[in-house]
Amino acid sequence: MSDLVLPARAQPNSAARRRRMPIAVAIAITWLAAVLFVAIFADWLRPFGITALDLRARLTPPVGFGGSWAHALGTDELGRDVLSRLLVSIQMSLRIAFGATIIAAVFGTTMGFLAAHFRGWVEQIVLMLIDFQASMPFLILALSVLAFFGNSLLLFTCLLGLYGWERYARISRGLAIAANAQGYAAAIRQLGAKPMRIYLGHVLPNIASTLIVSATLSFPEVVLLESGLSFLGLGVQPPMTSLGNMVGYGREYLTRAPWILLTPSTVIVLTTLAVSLLGDWLRDRLDPTLG
Amino acid sequence: MTALLRLDAVAKIYPGQRGLFHKSPDVRAVDGVSLVVEAGRTLGVVGESGCGKSTLGRLALGLERPSEGRVEFDGAAMPPPGSDAWRRLRARMQLVFQDPLGALDRRLTIARQIEEPLVIHGIGDAAARRARVAQLLIDVGLGENLAARHPHALSGGQRQRAVLARALATDPALLVCDEPVSALDVSIQAQVVNMLIDLQKARGIAMMFISHDLKVVRQVSDTVAVMYLGRIVEQGEADQVLAAPQHPYTRALVSAVPTPGRTARERIVLVGDPPNPAARPSGCAFHPRCPVAIAACAVETPILRAMPDGRSVACHLAQPNMDLAA
Repeated sequence: MSDLVLPARAQPNSAARRRRMPIAVAIAITWLAAVLFVAIFADWLRPFGITALDLRARLTPPVGFGGSWAHALGTDELGRDVLSRLLVSIQMSLRIAFGATIIAAVFGTTMGFLAAHFRGWVEQIVLMLIDFQASMPFLILALSVLAFFGNSLLLFTCLLGLYGWERYARISRGLAIAANAQGYAAAIRQLGAKPMRIYLGHVLPNIASTLIVSATLSFPEVVLLESGLSFLGLGVQPPMTSLGNMVGYGREYLTRAPWILLTPSTVIVLTTLAVSLLGDWLRDRLDPTLG
Repeated sequence: MTALLRLDAVAKIYPGQRGLFHKSPDVRAVDGVSLVVEAGRTLGVVGESGCGKSTLGRLALGLERPSEGRVEFDGAAMPPPGSDAWRRLRARMQLVFQDPLGALDRRLTIARQIEEPLVIHGIGDAAARRARVAQLLIDVGLGENLAARHPHALSGGQRQRAVLARALATDPALLVCDEPVSALDVSIQAQVVNMLIDLQKARGIAMMFISHDLKVVRQVSDTVAVMYLGRIVEQGEADQVLAAPQHPYTRALVSAVPTPGRTARERIVLVGDPPNPAARPSGCAFHPRCPVAIAACAVETPILRAMPDGRSVACHLAQPNMDLAA
């Protein structure tokens, strides 16, 4: 039989290809590991407090540009250590971005499964919410919510979690309906399994790779959104700091002290790029039938 | 023999599309079908594509609610799909799918999937389940080394054996096989069919075997029901019906099976359009293609009448001991 021969020939090839991790992905993982490490241990790693002023050393450039090792990445307009602020900003931004991505994924997938399971009017309502969410300019929604309810870190994270849930809902609804119509989910249902078992035990693992890839693609967007909202002064409020917050306040000194703005910008670019690369690679990696 | 499954005038109607200016007609996929599957025996359901065979199978399993009529399993009415009683009943009736790759979860190993129904219905502890899975794998002729494989690493025949092992895990009383071998190539078909027959004999399972392949049906079935456009046109002992068919449609089907040593001229070739359930002809649904149709066929719908030899035929021209070869 031909389908017995083909995998045997393709196997060593694909196995070798899968074992070898592309160099870009390796770098991306290393970078993300470092960022995670920083996010967890920021409070031990930072040499100064984020509000500690050193008024005699204001706008000191980084090492190599005329600065000293006392402030490795220089200081800002109030003489606060940029490196310390950067480390805490990474912690803050990652916390928000991870929290928001998880909220969006869990909420969206749940809505998608509910729509796929109940169909009928439940599905109509979910689809209506999806269209509503997709057609709403998110920035305006965020502005109004933050203006009405004030600003807290929890609310801000939940608000960002609202961003992008409709993508998970669309994906999980479509894939669950397909699995229900014909295929493994119908077979498991026919065996007498309860809906929870079907959706959490079978459908979710089967569509997890798609959802994870979608999450890695939307994670950078959430980081950028957080940065954007903080830049507008709506996100993280001083004296707390985040990557977007640093960029926002650093722009006034763009010509005189570009390092205040450039260091957090670089971290944003590298982190979002790393997550995107990782997501791209994971998509291929997580599919057991591929290759 | 006791009736394990009884279908009483069962119909499944799918409503047509209702537009603003037009309304497409309702589709009567299954229309007033009554039949009985006896414990330990096999009923073959034959017919061409779109005649409602698969829908009939799903109705028999209670996967869909009949629009009309009544389905009884083991003397009790079929509970509505999704209820607890329905879910418990799944352990006693199982479906074997046409597409084994689609029916298996590609992320789980074969052993895990065969174990699944045992876990769902809470049968045995972990050790007992493992032993049962090992026994099932032997029963369906899969090697122990395949237990840890994923579905995509198996061949088509092996996959169908795995599906069968999963269906047999809870020791069901009824097995509905929906075209179980039509996705396999001929040599594998014979193996799987023989295995199915052996397993059925050994375990006393009642089977509803849905197929368009008359050769396989003849090999497997005790009784046969021939369907045309949602209705049964001929029903009876497999040997009688397939050896000496009385309904003109059954005759055409039987004559289409190639047999060595017979000349091609004997074949009855049906003319006209293949059946469309949305546009059902008046009277006998088969009359536009029937080689022996008379005027009454276009007006009056024939009912299924019992013949002296035990079979039932739905044809105006079917008379006891009458030869239809015109």
